[in-house]
Amino acid sequence: MKAAVLLFPGLNREGDAMRALEQASGHKPTLVWHAEHELPAGTDLVLVPGGFSYGDYLRCGAIAGRANIMDAVRAHAARGGLVVGICNGFQILCESGLLPGVLMRNRDLRFICKMQHLTVERADTSFTKAYSKGQVIKVAIAHGEGNYEADEETIRRLEGEGRVAFRYCDEKGRVGGAANPNGSTNDIAGIYSEKLNVLGMMPHPENLIDPLVGGIDGRGLFESMALFKSAA
Amino acid sequence: MKARVTVTLKNGVLDPQGKAIEGALRALDVEGVTSVRQGKVFDIEIDTVDRAQAEAALKAASEKLLANMVVENYRVEIL
Repeated sequence: MKAAVLLFPGLNREGDAMRALEQASGHKPTLVWHAEHELPAGTDLVLVPGGFSYGDYLRCGAIAGRANIMDAVRAHAARGGLVVGICNGFQILCESGLLPGVLMRNRDLRFICKMQHLTVERADTSFTKAYSKGQVIKVAIAHGEGNYEADEETIRRLEGEGRVAFRYCDEKGRVGGAANPNGSTNDIAGIYSEKLNVLGMMPHPENLIDPLVGGIDGRGLFESMALFKSAA
Repeated sequence: MKARVTVTLKNGVLDPQGKAIEGALRALDVEGVTSVRQGKVFDIEIDTVDRAQAEAALKAASEKLLANMVVENYRVEIL
């Protein structure tokens, strides 16, 4: 599995993402600068990491979402290639039009940095095969704008088409109420594109790949993606 | 030519920043404030004397970048 990790000014999670990808796949990913027009030949997966691209100016992810390289990422996704955006990467994918909706300011206006449980809504996608359906995983969240919002029709479609990837929950897997850290609609922590080959999520699975630093519940995402064989 | 683009949240979109400001105004004893919605203002200089051309360019700017049409509206004024 050949992975490319995008780099925009202001991102800071690319090192963690690259470590997680290499641990799971055995291959070093390529770092791709935002001004490039093309992805490396044979790229199977594009990862858009977290951070604060362009200082979150205008709106989180707004400027990065319109960078040169995003045309190549859109073409890659249209070919069936995998794309995953984590945290600011999720915001960038929404702003670029690869995923619907928008990440708004957290309900309580605070930047939230803590451990958080999630439910894995389905385990039959290229991102979640190494998990089981309904599994509760513990990962980290660190965001000020993670409150997922979309119009009613979009939410209905996401729910109806099984495109909610992860939901915020408590340690027992109970969704709703205080388990929702940021006011996100329907407790949504991550969503898929129509063809299930693009995933955006606010939590940071790339930080939970080593027992030394709090757990390994994030490994499943990277192990699942490592199994991906490009159709092209 | 000088222009101003104002971007505001669509009705019904939760605006926690506006709510916090509203609460702060109340705490400052500013009377009669019933609602605050926060938006953004862009003052733009555009190199044309043709009003229609300027409006078209600013519409493109707003829809391509300045506003997120999922949750925001925009208004263009030529000053």
